[in-house]
This record gives sequence, structure tokens and C-alpha cells, in this order.
Amino acid sequence: MGKEIKTVKDIPLQELLLPGHVACAGCGMAISVRHVLKILGGNTVVTVPACCLSVIQGLFPKTAVAVPLKNVPFASAAAVASGLKAGFRLQGKELNVVAIAGDGGTYDIGLQALSGAVERGEDIIYFCYDNQAYMNTGIQRSGATPYGAWTTTTPKGKKERRKDLGLMMIANGATYVATVNPSFPMDFYGKFLKAEEKKGPRVLIGYSVCPPGWRYTPELSIELGKLAVQTGAWILWEFEEGVFRFTGYSKRLAEGKAKRKPIELYLEPQGRFRNVLRDPEKLKALKRGINERWRVYRKIAEVYSSSTPG
Amino acid sequence: MSKLKTIKEYPLIPASKPSEGAAGRTGLWRTFRPVVNLDKCIGCRLCWFYCPDNAITISGDGKVEINYDWCKGCLICFHECPVKAIDRVVEEFG
Repeated sequence: MGKEIKTVKDIPLQELLLPGHVACAGCGMAISVRHVLKILGGNTVVTVPACCLSVIQGLFPKTAVAVPLKNVPFASAAAVASGLKAGFRLQGKELNVVAIAGDGGTYDIGLQALSGAVERGEDIIYFCYDNQAYMNTGIQRSGATPYGAWTTTTPKGKKERRKDLGLMMIANGATYVATVNPSFPMDFYGKFLKAEEKKGPRVLIGYSVCPPGWRYTPELSIELGKLAVQTGAWILWEFEEGVFRFTGYSKRLAEGKAKRKPIELYLEPQGRFRNVLRDPEKLKALKRGINERWRVYRKIAEVYSSSTPG
Repeated sequence: MSKLKTIKEYPLIPASKPSEGAAGRTGLWRTFRPVVNLDKCIGCRLCWFYCPDNAITISGDGKVEINYDWCKGCLICFHECPVKAIDRVVEEFG
């Protein structure tokens, strides 16, 4: 993208996700994908496995996405993106190839394709919008579902903790790994603009709310995203060239400039955490999980504090 | 896209064409209607940024306008407006 983006007013007005798509009211993924396409522009090819995005395009002969888009089998978003990029390279075309997948197609089913593409150093952007369950098929538990959350397959709340894709991707050797959250517009744009300029495998993981699956009123979509970061349930960070750093509000939390808000503020509006709020033991375990995650990330920030190994 | 009548008129490669309203007039999904009070609007564009449906456009004077053909009535704009310039009213389709 040409000019620098410092405030919301600098964001281009051109839309590549057209209005009247099939997403539910208040969909967090629609906000993210709309801005991802804005940043990458018309010079982009998208691959989409089975996920909510393959539904919200609409039915033939209409589609809501105004860039070339390929719907691919569930396990193969990153593999097809690698192949497309190789084909364009042979034809001498300079295009952004981006795979956009849900958490089911990334954390569980598409993990080996993504891991392989990152290991081979493919020049693609992979964006996972993480709505923390298989929302498209009816709210089944996935590897990204957090501890204690209700889904149709975990009616009493999930008993296991959530996978950490970001750390896996650092370990796999991705050029750029970051977590984003559309509730923080400039952080979101900054990270995607950085990812667009780089070469090699770039993985971005987006916090993505889901009103029907998380059981809350759609008007709170953005508010929940803010609370997730302020309570420490979602951590904003980026990893590039061997350096790990916290960004935005999470940086202030990590440096001790701000205090984490009580996690209950984040859990209470969401019906999926009702079991946790009723049971003090579960609440304690959930808090312990978040503290543990922060401890690990602080250590990692220490280890990867500079790019030259000492 | 013009109307296709028989199967022979469909293209051989079934590639969809980008067009507005892939799900029909999504404005009909609304229960509440957000209404902008233009006297209060400061043109910060936050509602435009947060709108999942592209139903908010920027008009000539930098203020916002809601397109009720596509607005699904999620009320994110109502909740997030920093100067409370957006009201909600119960939708009544005529």
C-alpha cells in the first residue's frame, strides 16, 4: 500500500469484501477479513479451506469477495497457497498469495500443511481467524477452544487448555508471526503492513469474536475484543527476525505500566463461560492457565530479546 | 449478472462474479435500526472501521451514512460511538 497509515482516517475507502455477505450480524471475522483485503489490495489471491469464510461468500453466481479466491479442501489451505505462489513465480507474476482459514482449519486439520509450508519457507501469508471452535458446522470443540468454554461437544465446558499456535510457528521457523485483534485498529494495520513487506512464511493469528457461538449480544463484539486484551486472556505480540516483543496494551501489561483487569469482566458477557463462573474451582484453574501463559511469554520475550545470539 | 434461464447458458467454469448482496437484501435481518445524529457526529470513522457489513459509508462532508439495504443491525456502531451520536430504534418494515 502506498501511503503511510497512522490513524483510522488514512485507511483507504475501497472495499474488497462487498456488503450483503452471508456472515451473522456482528461477525468478528467479517471485520478482520474486510481489513485484510483492504491492506493487501486487489493484487491478491486468496485460498480458503472449509470455514465460515467459504460460507459468507454467498451462493453461485454471486460472491461477496472481490479478489480471485479458491475454495480448497479442509487440510490444504497452506499447501494450495504454496503451489499457487510457485506457479505465479514461474509466470513472472508478483502477487500476494494469502491463505485465510478458521481455527479448525489451522490448529487441527490444516496444521500439517501449514507446518510444512512454514518449514519449506514458502513466500505466503497465512491468516488464521481464531473464533475458538468449529463455528461453521455448529460450534464443535476445536484445539483452539479455551479452557472451560461451552461448545456443543463439551456441554460442561472444555477440560483441556488451548493449543498455542503462535509458539508452534516460531519453533517452525516462520519469518513473521503475530497476533492481531480488530478492536485495536492501528495495531492490526501496523502488523499486516509489516507482514506484507516481508518475504517468506508469515503467520498472523486474529482474535475473532462469534456472537452465536460465544453466546453474547452482537453489539459487544468490539468491546469483548478490548476486554480480552485488557484482562490478559488474549496477548498481542509479534515475532520477527529472532526478536519477540509485546505490542499495544499487552506491552503495557508486560512492562507493569498497567494492571490486568479482573477476568470476570471478560467472562460474564459470554454464555459459553457460564459453567466456569458457577464453579470457583474452574475459575481458579482458568486464572491459573492465563497466569501460566503470561509466565511462558515473559520468558520467551527474555530469551528472544535481541536478534544476535550471545 | 443477467438472468440465466437454462443450464446451457451457465459458464463452463462455475466461477462466481463479485457483486453486492450475495445473501440478498441483508437489511431485512434487522431487529433494531441504528440512526446517526449528524449534529453530534465528529467524523472519527470508528463505526465505519468496526462495521462487519460495510453498511457505513463516508459522505462528502466526512460524516457517516448508514446503508439500510445491507445493515444487519448488529449495533456495534451504537455501542462503540465515542460521542454517542448513534441511536437505536425498533425496526418496523413498512
